[in-house]
Amino acid sequence: MADGNDALIALLRNMILIREFDELALNLREGGKIYGTVHPYVGQEAVAVGVCANLTDADRVTSTHRGHGHCIAKGADIKRMMAELFGRVDGYCKGKGGSMHIADFAVGMLGANGIVGGGLPLATGAALAAQLDGKGNVAVCFFGDGAVSEGEFHEAMNISSVWKLPIVFVCENNQYAANNAVAVQHRNVDLALHAGSYGMPGLTVDGNDVLGVREVSRTAIERARRGEGPTLLECKTYRWYFHAMRAVRPPETRPAEEIAAWKARDPIARMSTELISRRVLSESDLGGLQRQVRADLEAAVAFAEASPFPDAGDILVDMFATA
Amino acid sequence: MREITFAQALDEAVAEEMRRDERVITLGTDFTGNPHKEFGPARVRFTPISESVLTGMGLGAAGCGYRPIVNWRMVTFSFVAMDQVVNQASKIRYMFGGQADFPVTYRCSTGGGMNLAAQHSQSPYSMWMHVAGLKIILPATPADAKGLLKSAIRDNNPVVSFECSRLNAVAGPVPDGDHLVPLGVADVKRSGSDVTVVGLAYYVQEALAVAAELAQEGISVEVVDPRTLVPLDVETIRASVRKTGRLVIVDEAPPTCSAAAEIAAAVVEDSTTFRALKSAVQRVCAAPVPVPYSPTLEKAALPDRAAIIAAIRCTLK
Repeated sequence: MADGNDALIALLRNMILIREFDELALNLREGGKIYGTVHPYVGQEAVAVGVCANLTDADRVTSTHRGHGHCIAKGADIKRMMAELFGRVDGYCKGKGGSMHIADFAVGMLGANGIVGGGLPLATGAALAAQLDGKGNVAVCFFGDGAVSEGEFHEAMNISSVWKLPIVFVCENNQYAANNAVAVQHRNVDLALHAGSYGMPGLTVDGNDVLGVREVSRTAIERARRGEGPTLLECKTYRWYFHAMRAVRPPETRPAEEIAAWKARDPIARMSTELISRRVLSESDLGGLQRQVRADLEAAVAFAEASPFPDAGDILVDMFATA
Repeated sequence: MREITFAQALDEAVAEEMRRDERVITLGTDFTGNPHKEFGPARVRFTPISESVLTGMGLGAAGCGYRPIVNWRMVTFSFVAMDQVVNQASKIRYMFGGQADFPVTYRCSTGGGMNLAAQHSQSPYSMWMHVAGLKIILPATPADAKGLLKSAIRDNNPVVSFECSRLNAVAGPVPDGDHLVPLGVADVKRSGSDVTVVGLAYYVQEALAVAAELAQEGISVEVVDPRTLVPLDVETIRASVRKTGRLVIVDEAPPTCSAAAEIAAAVVEDSTTFRALKSAVQRVCAAPVPVPYSPTLEKAALPDRAAIIAAIRCTLK
């Protein structure tokens, strides 16, 4: 892939947008403007952005409960995402889904998912469709270290390998499954090692290095496009905040030194420094990017607030396809 | 009209739909009727025993333009895939605001009477009725089996095809050609004036046998077969009850929160139909136990003709 400056700046911009979107979502939830639960993706931005930089709209992804980042990286419209969080008719799901069920099939985003591991079979089905289509498109399944403990992980890995499906399993090892550390959940905390038992390559990458994620995931995606089968890619990263919040932010239970150490490896600061040192952009360009992102988010909130709530009379609409 | 078995009718339905539309694919650990010979390994997939991923793959591929038929084989095995059925398949269209269709068909055998014991003798269609978002077919004759399964495969929603084990070898007339039965349309299998018997699957056949027997005594039984449980053709059932004034519902699932319970409620909550009732509604269902193995116990667990007749007589008192 040609590394024009625009492509590099887009990586940084998308990461900033994801972070600011989720920081805003947390504030909106605290302020009672949105409802239910929010699972912040802050800290993990390089994974979604690095992987999705190699995909087109014809490639499909499935996401998790922590899905805002995948949506944005796959090209979803933040206005319609925001309207969905606000529960309005112009949201992606017309207000029926909320944060945990945002999908945009038009850009190949087959949905966030409230069930840990629940997206693995769906992505495998998307990969089967891509294989039958024979056009070199792929599926990417995002999931966390928690999902590796689910049976659906085993089933999806096995059948994908047996059938050489064009799929990349992207495990975002953010070190915690809800509130339990990865070592409490797994005997072997290097989750890419699972790949060997399914006869597929297992790759590990620093999930806070967007350029590294992009490069390593590209080899897996290209392999899938060539019809050579699936890859398990483990991205080691860190969730800066809690698992989820409802009305209030839950208390932090993780070691302060651990959090500080990971924040020192901030994927956005790292990419900003990299691009400034390469003279791809200046400090002032960076400030401009951040201002633009905030303006875009303000416009998204305005769009959401202007959108009406769904009509209660439409409660049954969308249950079944009519044709 | 030619006669074929219930199982042959289902095989014909799949083969015809695969011929008609190359987006129809089928996944399963094994197949009847050798579809792989005609359609090849890309569209007829022998799978690992992985119900969860197969259920979700059918849904995912359906959302990407295909029309998968996922064979659970026995409904028992679908419970291994509970997440994909209940959390995903039944909700995916609505919770995403209708932005995509998911034309997937899940096939399974159902019911007892085959000495297969507790796990492999279940009739849990009401569990899937309850979650909303799944269409459900439950044919009772070879012709309906073929016509409903063909319609299910063409339907743009997840459909579960419950295929009663005791009917597999039953032969009956099936029209030639592209025989379709629409989803959501009940069928009056025998017209009568004294009592309405709503039967499900095997018990449609049993109800017809009972109706013929009671006709000798001058009791006129109308037999209604809902054929699909979602959508349920409530109006045809209510119209029959308004005519006869009496209702017996026969099914081999236990009565608690069952399809029989739903049908009874749907009938009595309509005030016109309620006022037409001349006696209390009767349900003839399985004993509330896991279906036992020993022939004497299995027979005791499942409804039989004597129980249906007793229930009919009860409504006539």
